[in-house]
Amino acid sequence: MNAIVSIRNLTRVFDVSKPWLNRVIERLPKSLLTAVSDVSFDIEEKTVYALVGESGSGKSTIGKMVVGLLKPSEGTVEIEDVNLFTEQDEDTIERVRSDLSMIFQDPYASLNPRWRVRDIIEEPVAAKGEKTAGLAEDLLEKVGLSAADAGKFPHEFSGGQRQRICVARALASEPKLIVCDEPTSALDVSVQAQVLNLMSDLKDDLGLTYLFISHDLTVIQHMADRIGVLYLGRLVEEAAPMQLFAEPQHPYTQMLLAAAPKMDGFGREVPPPTGEIPDPINPPSGCAYHPRCPLSIDRCKRERPELEQKDQARVACFRAGENSLDLQTMELEGQATS
Amino acid sequence: MTEPILSVRDLVVEIPTRHGILRPVDQVNYEIAPGEILGVVGESGAGKSMTGNAVIGLLDRPAKISSGEIYLKGQRIDQLPITQMRKLRGKEIGMVFQDPLTSLNPLLRIGEQLTETISAHLDVSNREAEERAILALEEVGIPAARDRIDSYPHEFSGGMRQRVVIALALCAEPSLIIADEPTTALDVSVQAQIIALLKRLCREKGTGVMLVTHDMGVIAEAADRVAVMYAGRLAELGPVREVLGAPRHPYTEGLMGSTPLASQGKERLHQIPGAMPRLGSLPDGCAFHPRCPYTQDRCQAGDTPRLKTCDGRAACWFPVNTAQQGVA
Repeated sequence: MNAIVSIRNLTRVFDVSKPWLNRVIERLPKSLLTAVSDVSFDIEEKTVYALVGESGSGKSTIGKMVVGLLKPSEGTVEIEDVNLFTEQDEDTIERVRSDLSMIFQDPYASLNPRWRVRDIIEEPVAAKGEKTAGLAEDLLEKVGLSAADAGKFPHEFSGGQRQRICVARALASEPKLIVCDEPTSALDVSVQAQVLNLMSDLKDDLGLTYLFISHDLTVIQHMADRIGVLYLGRLVEEAAPMQLFAEPQHPYTQMLLAAAPKMDGFGREVPPPTGEIPDPINPPSGCAYHPRCPLSIDRCKRERPELEQKDQARVACFRAGENSLDLQTMELEGQATS
Repeated sequence: MTEPILSVRDLVVEIPTRHGILRPVDQVNYEIAPGEILGVVGESGAGKSMTGNAVIGLLDRPAKISSGEIYLKGQRIDQLPITQMRKLRGKEIGMVFQDPLTSLNPLLRIGEQLTETISAHLDVSNREAEERAILALEEVGIPAARDRIDSYPHEFSGGMRQRVVIALALCAEPSLIIADEPTTALDVSVQAQIIALLKRLCREKGTGVMLVTHDMGVIAEAADRVAVMYAGRLAELGPVREVLGAPRHPYTEGLMGSTPLASQGKERLHQIPGAMPRLGSLPDGCAFHPRCPYTQDRCQAGDTPRLKTCDGRAACWFPVNTAQQGVA
């Protein structure tokens, strides 16, 4: 297997300081927000790599850096061994860029309301000056709409149909990698099922690779071949879905899985997770999760745990491995006392 | 059986348009008992929020209640004049909306917003109103409530803001809370906190809750009973274990099947073919029949199946899973 995307030590810092005059008058320091911090992973060809995390965890920022909408502050993104930000050869940049595409969350905001569907879908190809005759009609049929829809405007479609149009547009330049940023979060469950099925079918038919960004664990579990869990801009765990959902190693992943509503959890009483995501401008020292972590020790406050290989997974936790045992014994003790 | 807090009988909401009358809520019946959480699920446009708005008398014109009755603790409220309804809102019925930022006034400190509501509905002094506001904030789990009462909404995080909104809904001690997608804008871990909070408060105070959401997982965990809506009509109504465990209406069955959780390990998700019909062009008979895998002649013509005319749980002539009694 070849890695189509390889991300190394990716970091992105945003300057969220007040204007310089305010800073001078109010004697404020510069404030920097580290949205993504030292993230490394590879995406194998023809697989689905999913990034999951809560708001502010840096999922979308990584997605934008992969397609080249944002420049990394540090680290590299290589797509087919090409770094789009340092590559000099125009032709190579052109080639790699047309292998990239993106689907956004809100199908109402991502389609120009004044353009006909045909123009929307054909634009990625037309922009390169290539022939587009019949392209939109083909693609519309591929995503389950009819060729006659090409002459309509976006407002004539429902949310699910609009997202299909977005998928058709993403496919227009015959990409190899599609970055999907919360593609079904704005849709109803039954429509979500249709769009997810369509995306799986297209992946198999066209040999696509997806970078799938979502906060919905159930969708991720269904779609992903490999999952990266983000917390405050850091990758805390990476594993295959089976392993991640059966044996989460990082305490944050365990918390996330426990908090997710279960279909058969009738009247389930779980102690809800405590605390909130800390302020990313002043993240906690050491492991960013330590203030909320039930297993934190002194070392977690001082040192930042590196992502380490554990069997088939990678985990960034000093106490990974021992913690699942601890939890079990804690549970047993709890049962014994109650 | 104790008297229900809310009882909605044959509620019909109509919107007159140039192309005829639309019925976003069509003959809906349900009751909420004290301390009970009734989950209302359905896809967008199914009439979930419209039902809630009809109960609190916040229908936007030209939508109006054309027939049916709404009783709050035995008192009929659907025909009350605006001034009396306004007193009821906030006092007897609390509301929690989806977006916590837009339901708080950004220019007022949260303490002012809470004391305003308390003084408007309860006969207390300013000092006592403030004490009550602090208590309400402590109750929803806001740390250091006494210090934070002078903060503005923007100084709180999304989860904390939603807690303030819940405190606002609870501070006049209402007997019914209408929560319209209260956790949809929140993260999973915060969602779990808010749901736990709603459940605890409703149990402790005996408040009835109408929880409107599209998330089946939230319903499964929080609700005691669930009402499934489709095209403005009740498709199924019953205890949550039975409805989600062994759905009788084919629509509920399809909805359950299309969640990724239910089709775990399968290559493809179950799909309901087609889309929900527009209110202006509802099919005859059962509104679900064009998408239903079990449709028969009787579904396509003739009467619309209703809960009352069918088996009382599912509005379907030919309910599925009737043998199973749900998961124990």
